[in-house]
Amino acid sequence: VSIIDWFTNPININGNPGLQPSLWELLWQHVWYSLVAVAIGAVIAVPIGAWIGHSGKGGLAVAGIANALRGLPELGLLTLFVILLNSIGALPVFPALIILAIPPLLANTYAGVANVDKAVVDASRGVGMRERGVLLGVELPIAMPLIFGGLRTALLQVIATTAIAAYVGAGSLGYYIFSGLSVRNYTEMLAGAILIAALALIVLGLMTVVQRFVVSPGLRPATRRRRVALTRPPAANTAAGVETAGGNP
Amino acid sequence: VTWVSQNIPQILNDLWIHLVLALIPVVIGLVISIPLGWVAARWRIARGVLIALAVILYTIPSIVLLVVMPALIGTQILDPLNLVIALTIYTVALLVPAIADALTAVPTQVTAAATALGYKPAGRFFGVDLPLSIPVLTAGLRVATVSNISLVSVGALVGIGGLGDLMTEGFQRYNTAEVVTAIVIIVVLALIFDTALWLTGRALAPWNRARITGATA
Repeated sequence: VSIIDWFTNPININGNPGLQPSLWELLWQHVWYSLVAVAIGAVIAVPIGAWIGHSGKGGLAVAGIANALRGLPELGLLTLFVILLNSIGALPVFPALIILAIPPLLANTYAGVANVDKAVVDASRGVGMRERGVLLGVELPIAMPLIFGGLRTALLQVIATTAIAAYVGAGSLGYYIFSGLSVRNYTEMLAGAILIAALALIVLGLMTVVQRFVVSPGLRPATRRRRVALTRPPAANTAAGVETAGGNP
Repeated sequence: VTWVSQNIPQILNDLWIHLVLALIPVVIGLVISIPLGWVAARWRIARGVLIALAVILYTIPSIVLLVVMPALIGTQILDPLNLVIALTIYTVALLVPAIADALTAVPTQVTAAATALGYKPAGRFFGVDLPLSIPVLTAGLRVATVSNISLVSVGALVGIGGLGDLMTEGFQRYNTAEVVTAIVIIVVLALIFDTALWLTGRALAPWNRARITGATA
């Protein structure tokens, strides 16, 4: 009951000038931080992953870098950037979140492009496509389901982690968790938790819908058929490759 | 560096708590995931339900799980048990789909041959199916271990110890050395356990070695 009271209290929704930001402001901050971080992460990681996957050189480096970045503790990065940039607020949040967004995007783009059937690549060259065309017109579209999977993972992880921005005073829905924690207001913490989880689930749903439009319709039945035919014998390999997405040395 | 040399006892203490909090969930998670993975591989409906559940659970942010856990199981907010259970949930959510895939992927000829050799269902599961899924299992365990080691630091935000304490304390004192120490130790720990699991996987599943090197070459 108390949690319902929290959500129906207009102060919690519209804020309290000077004391508590409005829910809409915090929600907007949360979404804004997450989207910008993932967008910048994608601009960095997708071209690198695509190029390495295309050239076939440096795959091991991708695996190593992605794995090392994955092990970096977000809280440490965030506090470190606050100290280094000597600023509280949004500025240190972005580098910390961008670093978080890069590993899944990099590993999945690399895996997606590197695993494109070599016969298809050769055929594209055979019909006279340049290297650029092969990468942009053939390999990237075929890799799209995996790249999109990386994008989804990155976005979900970043949305989950953005909450700690509130710890350094940068707002986001995490505000309720830390504000509630400091005064032992358990209901407020729970409300924040519910809001963040709901945002994550809504984004997951949206991504599933968007993926249907982004992935070439020609790929859908084909990949499904191929997956059944191909994954059976070397399943250990494919599953490991996608799951750890480059974690395999 | 001076900060490190002056605070070795505190660092070691945090390191120990951190490791315990990160690794217990991996072990419990593995023990829970194997039967669940078997169920998912066996029944189509169970598979759908379990995998959907795993995706949803994995989507829930760790700080959220930490905060919600006391309401669900009646612990105190500062209880380390919250963190252990939250990380166990992530480990299970990660491992169950992987194990289910690996078990489904065991070729029918192999299971048929094992049955023909006189394996009973239980013996076949532990003697044939499970060993064949070791490569996938270790891959999943590596991801779970590395992310757990990194995630434990979030516990410091709700007052559960570990190396995250160095981050929050370093942040409050604007002590770069303290924060960097915590980050470096966590990354090194993650690398050590990742490599150890990789080597264990190789040793336990030697037949997979040729395939992996073949794939990356």
